Amino acid sequence: MSLESLLAINGLQVVIKNFPYLLEGAVLTLKITVLSVIFGMILGLIAGLFKLAKNRVLFFIATAYIDFFRGTPLFVQILLLYFGILPLIINTDNPFVAAVIACSLNCGAYTAEIVRAGIQAVDRGQMEAARSLGMNTRQAMTHVILPQAYKIVIPPLLNEFIAVLKDTSLVAVISAEELTMRGKLLYSTYFEAAWIWGTVAVIYFIMTKLLAILGDFIERRMATE
Amino acid sequence: MIQVIDLHKSFGKLEVLKGVNCRIAPREVVCVIGPSGSGKSTLLRCVNQLEQANKGQIFIDGEEITSPKTDINKIRQQVGMVFQLFNLFPHKTTLENITLAPVKIKGLSREEADQVANELLRKVGLTDKSNVYPSQLSGGQKQRVAIARALAMRPKVMLFDEPTSALDPEMVGEVLEVMKDLAHEGMTMMVVTHEMGFAREVGHRVLFMDEGIIMEEGTPAQIFDNPHNARTQSFLSKVI
Repeated sequence: MSLESLLAINGLQVVIKNFPYLLEGAVLTLKITVLSVIFGMILGLIAGLFKLAKNRVLFFIATAYIDFFRGTPLFVQILLLYFGILPLIINTDNPFVAAVIACSLNCGAYTAEIVRAGIQAVDRGQMEAARSLGMNTRQAMTHVILPQAYKIVIPPLLNEFIAVLKDTSLVAVISAEELTMRGKLLYSTYFEAAWIWGTVAVIYFIMTKLLAILGDFIERRMATE
Repeated sequence: MIQVIDLHKSFGKLEVLKGVNCRIAPREVVCVIGPSGSGKSTLLRCVNQLEQANKGQIFIDGEEITSPKTDINKIRQQVGMVFQLFNLFPHKTTLENITLAPVKIKGLSREEADQVANELLRKVGLTDKSNVYPSQLSGGQKQRVAIARALAMRPKVMLFDEPTSALDPEMVGEVLEVMKDLAHEGMTMMVVTHEMGFAREVGHRVLFMDEGIIMEEGTPAQIFDNPHNARTQSFLSKVI
């Protein structure tokens, strides 16, 4: 097939012409992902520590939060937040804000379990040694437990971040113009399903692959430390 | 220095300590021996509140540590503990293992803490290992670092929980040597051990525990050469 006949394919022309349009969508996908991961990590660290706290109230709050966001579909959470809850409390119809809040809360719940497991994977003797030197629980956590837990949680955390990146596609339902939404819009104009969705899939794949490579790099650096 | 009065401790339905009474005088070295499951380690762990007793009192230097009003973190700074499995911090170098608590808790400067740590490393014979991570140390070296780490807080009492039980036989000696030096310097020590040679040579007093109580106590000579209790006799006949 000659180059000319290849370029004559309608789907390819559509994809080439609209590639910047899709890339803009991918940038929004990345923005939602990065913000959700940052907030999710903060939430997850807090909820994970609460889950290990002796205080019953903190434990209950963390458990309820984690159970709800792990036990219901993200898709439903996005709809509930955007149409149900956010209009009531902050009176916004900004889909980007709703997307970030929903993905952060969801990511936080999964991160909390990763954090909890990571902390519990640190040998019990470490806490005892730290306490026996006179450290309080907080000092022992900051100087002894968390620095060790942090190495344990890196691989599952990166896994979670990749999942978040892919899950942001669900916010297309509230018309946040991220990659999937832009794909939908293009499709409804040109009807070149295979070309458009194929390109969208490839862009997602490249983004997650880059994240995975970054993860391998971090893991290898930490292993040699 | 340490006084334990009628100490009871249960784990669920299992009663591990059934009323333990003992006193340890300043500068005294007391070795606690007995079969496994007799409550030796639990007693030691109660003394720095890694386990909370169900009943009874413990005083250290006149202060009741079993009272909920006591700031246990303050007490623990004066009570060093050495564990069977060393429990060194694997993400920190030897030097950092020793300086962490003095810097973070006592507020010593880096330089002061390093100086203290280097002195202690000299004492335990590991000056050349200060920048090495625990994974690069042998068992005996790890335990000597653990002793230095505990000493860095300048404790009044040192507790040893089977400090040589996890070591290869050829490394037991180097750890006992360090403990012996410490005893000769006048440190108050409570040592749970299976090293009968150490108990006999270094201990001022030996407590024989079985079934959650102190069955017999006395000088090493009394316990090892002339035990009165039938259980003590049977235990010693098996281990010596």
